[in-house]
Amino acid sequence: MVSTFSGASSKTGEPEKTAAGGIPPAKSVFSGQPDSHSHVLAADLASVEKQIVVRKLNFFYGKHQALYDNDIEIPARRVTAIIGPSGCGKSTHIRVYNRIFELYRDQKAVGEVWIDGVNILGPSEDLIKLRKKVGMIFQKPTPFPMSIFENVAFGLRLHYKMDRAELSGRVEDALKRAALWEEVKDKLRHPGTGLSGGQQQRLCVARAIAVEPEILLMDEPTSAIDPIATAKIEELMEELKKKYTIVIVTHNMQQAARISDMTAFFLQGRIVEWGPTRTMFTNPREKKTEDYITGRFG
Amino acid sequence: MMRPRSLPRRRFTNGLVNSISALAALFGLFMLCWIVFTVLKNGISSFSLSMLTELPKAQGDKSGTGGVANAILGTGIITLIASMIGIPLGLMTGIYLSEFGKDHWLASTVRFCNTILLGIPSIIIGIMVFETLVIPMRTFSGLAGGVALSILMLPVVARTTEDMLTLVPNSLRESSLALGASRWKTIRTVVFRAAKTGLITGTLLAVARVGGETAPLMFTAFNSPDWPRSLLGAMANLTMTVFQGYSSPFQFDQRAAWAASLLIAIAILAVNLSTRLLFRERKR
Repeated sequence: MVSTFSGASSKTGEPEKTAAGGIPPAKSVFSGQPDSHSHVLAADLASVEKQIVVRKLNFFYGKHQALYDNDIEIPARRVTAIIGPSGCGKSTHIRVYNRIFELYRDQKAVGEVWIDGVNILGPSEDLIKLRKKVGMIFQKPTPFPMSIFENVAFGLRLHYKMDRAELSGRVEDALKRAALWEEVKDKLRHPGTGLSGGQQQRLCVARAIAVEPEILLMDEPTSAIDPIATAKIEELMEELKKKYTIVIVTHNMQQAARISDMTAFFLQGRIVEWGPTRTMFTNPREKKTEDYITGRFG
Repeated sequence: MMRPRSLPRRRFTNGLVNSISALAALFGLFMLCWIVFTVLKNGISSFSLSMLTELPKAQGDKSGTGGVANAILGTGIITLIASMIGIPLGLMTGIYLSEFGKDHWLASTVRFCNTILLGIPSIIIGIMVFETLVIPMRTFSGLAGGVALSILMLPVVARTTEDMLTLVPNSLRESSLALGASRWKTIRTVVFRAAKTGLITGTLLAVARVGGETAPLMFTAFNSPDWPRSLLGAMANLTMTVFQGYSSPFQFDQRAAWAASLLIAIAILAVNLSTRLLFRERKR
């Protein structure tokens, strides 16, 4: 998909200023800890290939409109954080990317969502193909009522025919990449529901990445688990973004500042502003963004 | 102006309602025990091993002891036919209502009709099957009995299936769909697995429920002193054996009725207890 990075900050020319070092780095303001990785700057982001391009996306729950003319471009193999107060449409927005909302009869999306040059809201889009490419992690861990091994093998079995050895290898690989292997390697036959919340969530990550998606949607993946498990998931995302495009909805602004390269701020169904995370957190263009980030509301 | 309510009076009311509820519960329990006791007492005294192995004795026949083996077999066959028709249809209806139809007008209509079907007296279903199967075929038949029971079973299975599937959280469905599973694959592997215990329990209870029905069989399977040889002929069964045996003046028939009652009661108790155990297994 050829398009320029038309976020708010690149229009205002902020990135150059940020890159020059005139603005304090995000870490000192928000995390108070040494940044384990440097955030990608706007100049870099602009050159990154866009994996998802959203144009005039409107969303309806029955007659109630939840999203208004959303426009955004998600860079490939980066972490994009979606922030905003409760009920602003963050989850609704990313639930369009894999069309999971279609499970519910009264929900409807109007507009365009281009993924790798194809409008996935078009009538010919194949849902199974789309969802193989766009994986999703949910707020609450959702292990299936089957063994740990079968949980991870579930998606693999859906899409591929393979012998037992190949399957075991791929399950092991996915569990390793989800940083869960060491904890479960001796109890692969145990039910997935027997794991702790944090482990369950990593199991869901393993299950999602086992089918080799290109995009990983995460809908508040750490809001139901404890801080240590959260740290593990965040660490994991750092590793995963080398290979996958990650879009994460989060209520936690520190988390957005820590882990994301790009941030979009949603308010009442509209995207107020989006751009490189550092710019968004240090020098937002919109007053509303600043108010939200500095904790004046929301 | 605020005055305190009389404390002794509040305590008295509370105690009164508590005792009335407890008495009502005890009354129900007492009736159940009475029924079980009567069936056990008369059933055991009428029971002999020959009941399980022999055909009924003809009136005036002095040889042998006689039994209800043909009725045991017949009830088994009729219930099996009913299950083979009623369970799949009921399951599919429940799946449609919970997974596909939901609040679509067709689903609401089906749900409404299902509720009505649940409440139709079973004897009316018997008459209906008599008119539509027995009269055209010109014979009572085990098949007609099975069909009548399956109609009784369908709404029960449909209702429990819908209830059990609705209990499965949507997040589980979404997770499966998000991995690229189809709707049917999601239902078959993830949703069914999550609802397994409930589905098995509901289905078994439905089987037990229709297995003890008499009225629908009166006009359909009727009864027979012979072994069940064909699905297209009158078929012996336990409940009709109770009905006819108990109103018969002959001693053997009355004994057979009690023995049959005992067998039915034991079978239904066994099914209920095993579903209980199944649920306890899950809680562990």
